[in-house]
Amino acid sequence: MTAVGTVVSDVWTMAGREVLHWRNRPGLKVFGWLFPVMLMGMFTALLGGALGQASGGDYLAFVMPGVLTMTAFFGLDGTMAGVAAESERGVTDRFRSLPTSGLAVVGGRCAADLLDSVVALAVVAATGLVFGWRPDLTPAQALAVVGLLLLLRFAMLFAGVYLGLKAGPEGVQSVQIAVWPVLFLSSVFVDTATMPGWLAPVADANPLSATTTALRGLLGFPVGPDASWLAAHAATFAVVGPLLLLVLFVPLSTSAWRAGRR
Amino acid sequence: MPPAIAASAVHKSYPAKPALDGFDLEVPRGTVHGLLGPNGAGKTTAVKIMATLLAPDAGSVRVAGHDTVTEGAAVRARIGLVGQYAAVDEELTGRQNLVLFGRLSRLGRRDAVRRAAELLDRFGLAEAADRRAGTYSGGMRRRLDLAAALVVAPEVLFVDEPTTGLDPAGRREVWDTVRALRDGGTTVLLTTQYLEEADALADRVSMLAHGRIVAEGTPADLKADLGGDRVHLTPRDPADAARLAALARPHAAGPVETADGVVRVPLTDRATDLPRLAAALTDLPLADLSLHAPTLDDVFLHLTGDGAEALAKTNTVKEKI
Repeated sequence: MTAVGTVVSDVWTMAGREVLHWRNRPGLKVFGWLFPVMLMGMFTALLGGALGQASGGDYLAFVMPGVLTMTAFFGLDGTMAGVAAESERGVTDRFRSLPTSGLAVVGGRCAADLLDSVVALAVVAATGLVFGWRPDLTPAQALAVVGLLLLLRFAMLFAGVYLGLKAGPEGVQSVQIAVWPVLFLSSVFVDTATMPGWLAPVADANPLSATTTALRGLLGFPVGPDASWLAAHAATFAVVGPLLLLVLFVPLSTSAWRAGRR
Repeated sequence: MPPAIAASAVHKSYPAKPALDGFDLEVPRGTVHGLLGPNGAGKTTAVKIMATLLAPDAGSVRVAGHDTVTEGAAVRARIGLVGQYAAVDEELTGRQNLVLFGRLSRLGRRDAVRRAAELLDRFGLAEAADRRAGTYSGGMRRRLDLAAALVVAPEVLFVDEPTTGLDPAGRREVWDTVRALRDGGTTVLLTTQYLEEADALADRVSMLAHGRIVAEGTPADLKADLGGDRVHLTPRDPADAARLAALARPHAAGPVETADGVVRVPLTDRATDLPRLAAALTDLPLADLSLHAPTLDDVFLHLTGDGAEALAKTNTVKEKI
């Protein structure tokens, strides 16, 4: 087998291992997939009435792009917690003592995490459809929606690997708390125009806002004429933001991984 | 043919402390070599470096003829590692674990499945094969860990404190496995805190303290060096320790050592020496008296002539032996 073939085969094996984890403990995984649905239910059924009045219309259609973005963003938590837990376990030492590329260990996790997020996004989208969400998309737009979500998730992968390796189990808990303000200080659940004037630009600069706002543009909620410059160019920033995160976290996570071998 | 393991002048420091400080080791092929030392002596660091998990700061290690730093992949293809804590995936079943490690060791799918079944049988895990490893008992987990290291027959097997936390039956199983492997031609490097374990398994033993080898030989050599039982005497008044040592000296088989207010007296034959020693001490009130078979502590005390702390400063210990 060629060197590349070997790595691909190892990545496949390691991704299969994650899938076996899900199969051996289906409850944990199913709960993970239902968590965004639960939040979505909370925002549409409990808060949607009030929020919908403020945003003037169909809150489910307004919030679905945000919920999808949130679901992709929450992948960060899964990757980070998975990497942190793994680094504590003896099994990681065994992987490193095998003639397996270190790349395959990370690659397998990434492949499985992407698959995990695809399922989570599908569950959220299907739930939206059940509750009356009717997105009106051309195939090209649908592809753009999926592409932007996976791009964000891809950036979260490397951020998650880095944080998981660096933070350790206690640090992971702090990050798990920190994701909430990051989530709420964005356009995920509300229009940033309804925030105080000094806070709205901060929320607009959040990469989650860029993805959410860009998805809204594709899904029939274009920004108003009084939108900020950042919000008006959300589609660009939904691509640039995750790419910047990748430029930052790919080298960081790679060097953290190498440092772990020393 | 190069030796199974050749380590020379290996240094490794952690921010807080040096872990290995001039570690040398040579292990011929087809033998079981015991690496003996107390907690914190550097055993696990040494194993991690030899198994390519850590890179040394200085010095070189060759395992099965390959350099652990520059030819890491070649080394990893020839070794097995059984860690101090069972290094299996607890979320996978025993069978899934072994198939996974087989696949990662370049076995084809069918071969990996067949090899897993063989090993599960051999290690008495066939019945538990399809349960999550997290539900296994300590002994079962350790056996699965050993099986995982043997998925592809390794040339050199590193076994890091294999019986820590095992019951006697589990310990015997591990011992039998190590012996069977040696008989099959595998070189085994075994780390342990227990002299008894090294005695039972190892052809040769190296004693590690504060990051370097302080003694090396067959278990019989080391024990001969050490002598027989020792009596530990604690005077009721700590100020009496020196007088107690002086009274005991005529009955001792070797140097009398005093550490932490306890006077340690080596005996040749406990049945005859102990009553004589006791008779000599009737005038000196004792807080405690106990009889000990040789322990690792005794070996270190014996090697250095004083407390283990002093070992760090003793650079010439090796020449004394």
